Amino acid sequence: MSAYKKVHVTTTINGEQVDFLCEPRHSLLEVLRDSLGLTGSKEGCNNGNCGACTVILNGRPVDSCLVLSAEVEGAEIETVEGIACNSNLHPVQQCFLEGAALQCGICTPGFLVASKALLEKDPDASEETIRFDLSGNLCRCTGYDKIVRAVQAAGQQMREI
Amino acid sequence: MAPKSVSEVVAVLSEQGDRAKLLAGGTDIIVQLREGLREADVVVDIKKIEEVTSFNYCPENGLSLGSAVACYNLYEHPELSKLYGALADSTHIIGGWQIQSRASVGGNLCNASPAADSIPSLIALNAIAVIAGPKGERTVAAEDFCTGPGRNVLENGELLVSIQIPAQCSNSGSAYERFIPRNEMDIAVVGVGSWVKLAADGTIADARISLGAVAATPLFAEQASAILIGKEPNEEVFSAAGELARQIATPISDMRGTDEYRSHLVSVLVKRTLITAVERAQN
Repeated sequence: MSAYKKVHVTTTINGEQVDFLCEPRHSLLEVLRDSLGLTGSKEGCNNGNCGACTVILNGRPVDSCLVLSAEVEGAEIETVEGIACNSNLHPVQQCFLEGAALQCGICTPGFLVASKALLEKDPDASEETIRFDLSGNLCRCTGYDKIVRAVQAAGQQMREI
Repeated sequence: MAPKSVSEVVAVLSEQGDRAKLLAGGTDIIVQLREGLREADVVVDIKKIEEVTSFNYCPENGLSLGSAVACYNLYEHPELSKLYGALADSTHIIGGWQIQSRASVGGNLCNASPAADSIPSLIALNAIAVIAGPKGERTVAAEDFCTGPGRNVLENGELLVSIQIPAQCSNSGSAYERFIPRNEMDIAVVGVGSWVKLAADGTIADARISLGAVAATPLFAEQASAILIGKEPNEEVFSAAGELARQIATPISDMRGTDEYRSHLVSVLVKRTLITAVERAQN
C-alpha cells in the first residue's frame, strides 16, 4: 500500500535546501522537530488552535501541525530558527526580550514567526490588527498585553530601519 | 498522492471509495484523521490540479472559485472582497490567520458543519457547486449541498471541483455576521448571510438570507428573503424578515447557547446583516 511507503521530499528551510524521508501521515511539525532537529517550533494542541507550531510556508503563516510533510516538496519554509540574522536578533525577538513578552515560552516561537509575518505585511499595524491577526496564537501566561506592546515596538523599529 | 487532473482523482475515489480522503487546506481533514473521527488508506492532495486551485472573475459569468483556493485569496483581494462582501466577511473569520492561509471555502462546504462560516454566505450569494464524478459533471445549489452534520451530496467517486457565484452589479451588496462569545477564533453560535440587490428607485429588487448553526444544515430562508422584495430597505422590513427567518430555525441547546437564545440571535443577525448588505449595495 503506497500509504505506508516513505516519501522523499526536497524543500528549502531557512534558505537551505533540505532533503528528508517521511511517512505520508507525518506532519511538517513532526519532521521539523523529530527528523531535522529544528525543535524551535512547538507542539501545543496539534490541531490548529494554538499556533505554537507556526512557520512561514511559501510566504504565508501556517500551523505546521496541519501541513503534511509530503506537501512541502519544492516549498520555501521559514522557521523560528531562521528569524535572526547571524547573531543579530530580529526586532520582534529583541522587543519580546526587552518587553518581557513571555513567561513559560512555549507559545513564543509561534508568536515570533506570526508577528514577523504580520509586521512585514504591515509594520504600522494597529493594536486592533495585531490582536486580530495574532488570534491564531494562544498564550496562557502573559494575558497578551506585553506581547501586543512588543509587536508594536518591533513595528516601530522596523519602520525606522 | 497528488494527482494532476480531476479525472485521476475521480479514478482514485471510484476505486477506493470511503478509504480515500481528499486534502485541500487540511485544516479539517488532518485533524479528523489524527483524532480518529475519519479514517483513510489514501490521502489525495488535490492542490496540484489547476482547476481546483485557481479562481477568476468576469462580469459576465461571475466568480469561478476552485474548491481548494485558500480563504485569504478572497478577503485580501481588493475587488473580490468588495463584490462578495459576505464571502470576505466569512473567510476573514474562519480560524485565525494561519488557518486562513490554508483552509478553503470548498473544504468548508464539503466538511458540511452546520456552523460553517462560509456556507451561509455561499447560499446568500446564490452559489452553485460544480461536482465531477464517474458519470461526468453535475451542479448542486449551495443550499442543497449539505445533507446533515458532516455529510454532503457527494457520491462515490465524486469531488467538488469549483464553486460558481453569479456576477455582482454595482447595486448589490452582501454581508455575513456570526455571534460568538469571544472576539475571534470561535465556532458560530448563530451565523447569518444576507445578500440584496437594489432597484434604481432604492427599493429591494431581490434578496437572499441564509442561516447557519440553527439546524442540521445551513438553511436558505426563502420566505424571509421573499418578503423583502419590492420594499423600502428599512428597519421595520428587516425586523419582519428576521421574524420570518426565526420561524425556520430549529436550533439545539448546547454549551454555546440555548435554542431560545439562538432563535433570538437569528432575528438580530438577519437585521444587522441586511443593514450592512444594503449599505454596501448603496456604496
